Amino acid sequence: MTTGTSEQHIVSYGKLTAIWLALLALTALTVWVARHNVGIGHVWGSLAIAVIKGGLVIAFFMHMKYEGRLLRWLLFFALSVLAIFIGLTFFDVLYR
Amino acid sequence: MNSAEKVHPPGNGGFWNDTGKTGITAWIFSTDHKRIGLLYFYSVLTFFLIAVVLGVLLRIELMAPGRTIMGPQTYNAVFTVHGVLMVFLFIIPGFQGSFGNLVMPIQIGARDVAFPRLNLFSWWLYMAGAAVIITSLFTGGGPPDTGWTFYVPFSERTGTNVSLAVFGVFIVGFSSIITGLNFVTTIHRLRAEGMTWGKLPLFVWSLYATAWVQILATPILGITLALIIAERFLGTGLFDPARGGDPLMYQHLFWIYSHPAVYIMILPGMGVISEIIPAFARKPIFGYKMIAFSSIAIAAAGSLVWGHHMFTSGMSDTAILVFSFLTFVVAIPSAIKVFNWVSTLYRGSISLEAPMLFALAFILLFSIGGLTGLILGAAATDIHVHDTQFVVGHFHYVIFGGAVFAFFGAMHYWLPKFYGRRYAEKPAVVAWVLMFVGFNITYFTMMVLGMKGMPRRYYDYLPEFAPLNLVSTIGSWILVSGLILMLVNLFRGLFKGEPIDRNPWGAATLEWTIPTPPPTENFEEEPVVTHGPYDFKKAGIT
Repeated sequence: MTTGTSEQHIVSYGKLTAIWLALLALTALTVWVARHNVGIGHVWGSLAIAVIKGGLVIAFFMHMKYEGRLLRWLLFFALSVLAIFIGLTFFDVLYR
Repeated sequence: MNSAEKVHPPGNGGFWNDTGKTGITAWIFSTDHKRIGLLYFYSVLTFFLIAVVLGVLLRIELMAPGRTIMGPQTYNAVFTVHGVLMVFLFIIPGFQGSFGNLVMPIQIGARDVAFPRLNLFSWWLYMAGAAVIITSLFTGGGPPDTGWTFYVPFSERTGTNVSLAVFGVFIVGFSSIITGLNFVTTIHRLRAEGMTWGKLPLFVWSLYATAWVQILATPILGITLALIIAERFLGTGLFDPARGGDPLMYQHLFWIYSHPAVYIMILPGMGVISEIIPAFARKPIFGYKMIAFSSIAIAAAGSLVWGHHMFTSGMSDTAILVFSFLTFVVAIPSAIKVFNWVSTLYRGSISLEAPMLFALAFILLFSIGGLTGLILGAAATDIHVHDTQFVVGHFHYVIFGGAVFAFFGAMHYWLPKFYGRRYAEKPAVVAWVLMFVGFNITYFTMMVLGMKGMPRRYYDYLPEFAPLNLVSTIGSWILVSGLILMLVNLFRGLFKGEPIDRNPWGAATLEWTIPTPPPTENFEEEPVVTHGPYDFKKAGIT
């Protein structure tokens, strides 16, 4: 079994700053969505933004973009489980 | 039986005297999986015994209507602490920490787990969490009175020391995650040559499935408990409808972990039974692949059924339908196991020794627990018995009659291997009879009381429930007398009993091929596995 590449990958300050700004912008968007009455779209919008923000953090700040396939699959598996947990909860939240 | 060789007494042989340290430091700083296993074993056993005492006190209180030995506030605290100790400090860490550590590395042909230091750290975290939980009982507003589920809004408002107790459980959760990570890595990376996935002992399969549940579900418990603390100290309003929060969201978050946690409790027990039955029926296990697969299936499907705890909570009808259906799905892999165990017994050369008696009790009691679980899993019938004594009876059939009886079976099956001595058979059988009889009197009566409408978690009840409550309390005394006899006989045997050779039961898994007690590094030479774990013929066992 291989864990893929193990060499260090250095992300430039410029790229890290750009990701940070993107996260701030997405946070502002979350606040905007929460303050506008868009019905259940508010939940989906917030979830979508959270997924994008989490993806950015995992890919760049946690270096998953530069890791091997096994670790990526393991992460995908864990996130899928989380998605299933949240999805099943919505059978309650959406139909209550 | 294999060769009759000289057996060392405990403390003088194998891993017992193979360390540079002496006294307690040889234990609490050891990274040997066997020593850590025993550390866990004695730790969980201590909390189990404390919780048993609390359980008996609860039964004495319920022996007659009105106040018997404690008032309502004390009763609430005692059933909460009984649940917290039993669930978080005994049965969740019990199998993985003790018998998982003791046996799993040897069963796969490894010298130790993948991360021995992390293994020791997990025990330290467990003890730190336990210390915080115990401290919470005697500080602040006193022991928590919420029940082990810490339901909001009460857990946010009660003046008892809920914050410290949930913080302790939070720490214990980290210990559980670390053990899960260690076991998954060990089983993937440290298997001996020839130990393919199809040759893994079924106990290892059950630990593997359990470890994934620990890794994936426990963080959700951590977050949920942290939110309770945030609610209490910061007033975040997450679960408060007046501030846009949702109290049902707490129940979802809690049960997303705590229902799979039931499988953390029971799956390794099923693994133990899958080891004991072929050894004492002297027959290869029936349907090896299906039992292995059903462990994974139970872990996966069992993670999707948490909503059945919430049928009467005001959850949507659609969710009730979905969770009720999924609950019935879990019954399938559970039934696969039971049918395969019974099929293994069929035409086997059955030897009714203590480990086998516990395994047989497990099959019956777990089946009753599972089938009564379907009554709770079906929304229509659940509404009638929700939050009654029926639930208490059902839960104890699954967890005590199932997991804990399997734990006792594992104690009789594996501890002699690590001590080099065994218990006396006759008292073990008498203890088993007492516990089996006492157990059924105690908990079956509770299910009847629940069907009649007696609610749980009240220190008092209507006079019409008095006779059956008295019967249940007397049953608990029989149960505890059996438990005391079992422990005295077992530990007397382990320290002063008859010496045993390396394979007293004639089992075919790897731990029985090494000396008794096992040496520090388990194997003198790296083993090469050539036959399956239950292939008695190829293992040369007749």
